[in-house]
Amino acid sequence: MADPESDSGSFEELAMPLFARMYNFAHWLTQDRAEAEDLVQETCMKALKGFGSFRQGTNFRAWMYRILRNTFLTSRTGLKTATVSLDSDEENVVEPIASGTPESILISNLDQQAIRSALEGLPVQYREVIVLCDVEEMSYLEIAETLAIPIGTVMSRLSRGRRAMREQIQPSSGSRRA
Amino acid sequence: MNCDELRSKLTPYVDAALRGGELAEAEAHLRGCAGCAAEALGMLQTKLATRAAGMRYTPSPEFRRRMEQSIRAQERPAWRSLRWPRLAMTGVAALILIAAVTVWVSHSGRERELTKIADMHVTELASVNPVDVVSTDRHTVKPWFAGKLPFSFNIPELQNTEFTLVGGRVAYFEHSPGAQLLFNLRKHQLSVFIFKDETGAHLPWPKMTAASRLALQIETWSEGGLRYYVVGDAPASDVHALSELLRKAARS
Repeated sequence: MADPESDSGSFEELAMPLFARMYNFAHWLTQDRAEAEDLVQETCMKALKGFGSFRQGTNFRAWMYRILRNTFLTSRTGLKTATVSLDSDEENVVEPIASGTPESILISNLDQQAIRSALEGLPVQYREVIVLCDVEEMSYLEIAETLAIPIGTVMSRLSRGRRAMREQIQPSSGSRRA
Repeated sequence: MNCDELRSKLTPYVDAALRGGELAEAEAHLRGCAGCAAEALGMLQTKLATRAAGMRYTPSPEFRRRMEQSIRAQERPAWRSLRWPRLAMTGVAALILIAAVTVWVSHSGRERELTKIADMHVTELASVNPVDVVSTDRHTVKPWFAGKLPFSFNIPELQNTEFTLVGGRVAYFEHSPGAQLLFNLRKHQLSVFIFKDETGAHLPWPKMTAASRLALQIETWSEGGLRYYVVGDAPASDVHALSELLRKAARS
């Protein structure tokens, strides 16, 4: 990773390749184009200002996303986002038994809009962990580092978030097939 | 591992985060339990569908331009404070570091690509309709793809080999359509994926690459502007044998 003190051009070189994906993540958090732009802009300015404190050899992407997410949490929309839990117990998640027609057939017939609607409908703490894992393809460790939560919590939020998405998707796809 | 234990591991399983003994135990259970296998498949398909649907929002070119200008304007004072000899040395060091990051990113890109191909093969096998055109005759399967794909390809002659063509379907990888062919070999099933060869974000592949993912053997190469992937649970020598047949057919 670049040394911020000696490579003044490195921030732009490191940050701009992440720009489009950071914007996508910001839009999923805020669900608003103007707010997403403000969030990315504020994140970049904060990161640039604090680039001297970025530790060489550590994960730049996780560092940037952590700043973005913390900035979101202190924004007006972030503060309005109440902590909503799908389940109070964060650990030892066991998937429910599948029933009826194999769900795989239903999901394979879904359009992207159904998936997007289900994702948009999730509380932000589940939405962010699913976007980081499935869209950004971050490892559990990277997500834990970004969100400053234990890996066990990453797994339980993923599990509950995906379950909530599937519960929302199944009835609508069933009715579309009927 | 019983069903309850397996289901507590399903999330890390579909995210390829299980390792060693836990992975082996989970795979052994899934092979013998249709209910858990259906659940795993459902979760995997939700994950893949989310990946496709999630990259939805794109910044406007104007916003990107504004940010680039803003970052450059903020960085400019730092340039002035640096002394030139130090700047030259650190510039070289930065170039080396960026090259290393590029190689690392490239390697990660290839790793993800192979994992996605392995996922697509497993998903296909678990599907109730693994192929859309069902035929052992290559002269039936190849014409079926005409008009469905922006390229053409050859299917090898399998007479006097142990391989049998099962059929094919259209597959999508990174939003590009391609061919997926299914072959039987004794009790094994092998998928062949053929897509237009687009280097994309990572550096070009080596001429030919063989790898292993989740007990699946994968071989990939580029030929005539197309990228081929052969994947299956057969031994690596059998995957290589089918790859050789495909390479010979592509050159004929």
